[in-house]
Amino acid sequence: MREVAVIGVGLTEFGELWDKSFRQLIAEAGSKAIFDSGIGAREIDALYVGSMSAGRFIGQEHVGALVADQAGFSHMHIPAIRVESACASGGLAFRQGYLSVASGINDIVVVGGIEKMTDVTGNAASDILATSMDQEWETFFGATYAGIYAMIANRHMHEYGTTREQLAQVAVKNHANGALNPYAQFKRPIELKSVLNAPMVASPLGMFDCSPLSDGAAAVVLCSMDKVKKYTDKPVKIIGSGQASDMLPLHGRDSLCTFEATVYAAKAAYKQAGIQPKDVDVAEVHDCFTIAEILAVEDLGFVKKGDGGKAIENKITTLDGQIPVNTSGGLKAKGHPVGATGVAQIAEIVFQLRNGADKRQVKDARIGLAHNIGGGGASCVVHILEAMKK
Amino acid sequence: MTDAAVPRFWREIPQRYNLIANQCGVCKKVYFPPRESCPYCRRKSMDKMKTIKLSGKGEVVTYTIIYDAPEQFEGQSPYPIAIIKLDEGPKITAQIVDCDNKDVKIGMKVQSTFRKIQEDGSVGAIYYGYKFKSVK
Amino acid sequence: MAKNNVIGIVSYGAHVPRYRIKSSDIARAWGKDPDTIINGLGINEKSVPSIDQDVATISVEAARAALARCDIDPQDIDAIYVGSESHPYAVKPTGTIVGEAIGATPDLKVADYEFACKAGTAAIQSCMALVKADMAKYGMAIGSDTSQAAPGDALEYAASAGGAAFIIGNKNVIASINYTCSFTTDTPDFWRREGRKYPSHGGRFTGEPAYFKHIVSCTKNLMNHVGTKPEDYNYAIFHQPNGKFPVRVAKMLGFSPEQVKQGLLCPFIGNTYSGASMLGLASVLDIAKPGDRIMVTSYGSGAGSDSFDITVTEKIDKMNREKAPLVSQLIQDKEYIDYATYAKFRDLLYWE
Repeated sequence: MREVAVIGVGLTEFGELWDKSFRQLIAEAGSKAIFDSGIGAREIDALYVGSMSAGRFIGQEHVGALVADQAGFSHMHIPAIRVESACASGGLAFRQGYLSVASGINDIVVVGGIEKMTDVTGNAASDILATSMDQEWETFFGATYAGIYAMIANRHMHEYGTTREQLAQVAVKNHANGALNPYAQFKRPIELKSVLNAPMVASPLGMFDCSPLSDGAAAVVLCSMDKVKKYTDKPVKIIGSGQASDMLPLHGRDSLCTFEATVYAAKAAYKQAGIQPKDVDVAEVHDCFTIAEILAVEDLGFVKKGDGGKAIENKITTLDGQIPVNTSGGLKAKGHPVGATGVAQIAEIVFQLRNGADKRQVKDARIGLAHNIGGGGASCVVHILEAMKK
Repeated sequence: MTDAAVPRFWREIPQRYNLIANQCGVCKKVYFPPRESCPYCRRKSMDKMKTIKLSGKGEVVTYTIIYDAPEQFEGQSPYPIAIIKLDEGPKITAQIVDCDNKDVKIGMKVQSTFRKIQEDGSVGAIYYGYKFKSVK
Repeated sequence: MAKNNVIGIVSYGAHVPRYRIKSSDIARAWGKDPDTIINGLGINEKSVPSIDQDVATISVEAARAALARCDIDPQDIDAIYVGSESHPYAVKPTGTIVGEAIGATPDLKVADYEFACKAGTAAIQSCMALVKADMAKYGMAIGSDTSQAAPGDALEYAASAGGAAFIIGNKNVIASINYTCSFTTDTPDFWRREGRKYPSHGGRFTGEPAYFKHIVSCTKNLMNHVGTKPEDYNYAIFHQPNGKFPVRVAKMLGFSPEQVKQGLLCPFIGNTYSGASMLGLASVLDIAKPGDRIMVTSYGSGAGSDSFDITVTEKIDKMNREKAPLVSQLIQDKEYIDYATYAKFRDLLYWE
């Protein structure tokens, strides 16, 4: 297996982008990434696209072909692959792109992630997100996406004493970070009491415990390590990649407070990278709901199981904390255009490791981790990246 | 759910009306809904899965009160959804009924009951199935 | 007349939804004086089905309760007839849903019955005939309703929800049905046109030429045929559109208020339409002793009455009636709701 590096990244702003279509968003992110990388169009061997549900959000399937078309590469007949794993579609597309270069099949690939969620009504969007759950045995009976995470929160509170205030602090931290991110959907900090007093969605989660519906796209360019010198002197190397699955419905899992898919995907990534959790300098984790970030810092091994609430309370995961988490603002403040998220997480890590994260920069960030979850924890993709020594 | 495929939900009537599950003939683990084979015994369990009917008795292991409900459930919100561990082993996701929202607790003992789950609008089919009520 | 081959009730079960709305709350919603309403109708409160309950769910609860009280294998139930005027579908039977839910399918005769409030008792008659003709080992007759009343209409105080299921057979009979007869005419006292949401009625026309004429005639015919007098009965159950009519018709026939009391549920749960007479009978069976004689006359608008002369057998003492909720327990297990919640549950507010 060859070593692979990220040599370029590009993002659109995330938000309710009424003026931008699915096609415009992916073209924008893709071209930004390609310009950033310095590669020429003819050097691209394949396109990988993560998109959860273009079929239901915009009534369009065959997304691989569409993206190749919008990128302007169809006349070169480039292979284009659409990857889906619910909210982990972006992360999985990145992994598939990585594996194709690592295996020697491709030298340079572009990986994109895209979701256009506001062309349907809010109710329809919620229904579509719920298709990441078990449609026959969870949502059919009245469970919602927020409801599944709320049940995890209640059990976590029951087993470990996690409090609503601790959940709310995750939202406050991520909004504070998002305020420093020019791409974020929400660029304002919020107060703890606003989070606690927000309308209930599914107890104990209120409106500000939940990531928003968003439009957006992100793209990165991957290149085999032995060729990067031609394009950049700041490649960011992929040193670990892991993926895992678990029972689709939450009720099928052994533990309701641990995402074993995270544990196994992370274990594989750490093993490949030859590092421990404490070696990670900065992490982008999947905070679709505040409780998800608390679970993630535990399941990724940054703190002991059950200590996720204490971690946020003791400011371990703030921008200047021991292990800064979600410097981009996370899904909560940056936004969560589902298919784009996994790739946007990689982009943020790359900004950090290249010392290009501006006001969000973590000092001396050398190793970064991206953690992307599908649905209610039934799939997970973890990547670990390393800055190359100057 | 607008263009709901009626056969898809008809197939599961034995599960929704009568909690028909199955049990691995090798390790005796109970599965709801029934599985073609036991994930742990795999090929050894093929053709050895036994159909059984669950009692409907169980205990709440976690729950939430849903405020923001999907369209088909709007008239019922706020309503409790829980993960219930059934006496025979499997866990199941279902609504809790006949209980004040504030009285739903982890550890609460429940019993299945037959209720309307949802309707496909005013012209589509009506789907019945299990919900759970608290028992003393 | 079944003399050597006793045909009757083998088991029974009841269900009443838990929610209640007080007549006084309905009266206040419409600016009426609560005391006048309550005194006039003799109804204090009525049962209300929640959004997830309908005739199918109530029928299933009643059917399962009936099975809980006996040892019958559901596969031996050869027929299920559900009588209602609020079946969930206009076309697609409720009986098949009940059949699947109790495990009686697929070797099963099913049809749904309609005759305003006496659809369930008509089903009892059919089950008796099937058993007598040896075409069914057991038949199950269910009367259950969640009838709607137009908001602000007088019927709103009474139209409620509930149901009862009776398993009819000729083995282990706990109450033999000695004789049944019906009295039927074409009398348009109360009706609902196809596709309409709420029924219409003829006001005072629903009294003397409708309810009273049919119940009195049918009951008299039955007593003439069987050779009984009112004092021969321990209990009398008449259809109960309000709390007053059953007492008045009892008096007209020569029955006392005491005979009517146990079966008179309307003051507490309203008029459960096709469930009414059958729930009244279930209430009596909850406390009946061997040898007790029971008169039941139902009434359905349109119009007709079914009368039954019933004798409780000693087998009732072998039945553990506590294995399913007693009617008195169902009445006591309640939670009050206000008019706004009632309007939401009964779909009074939504429109296409």
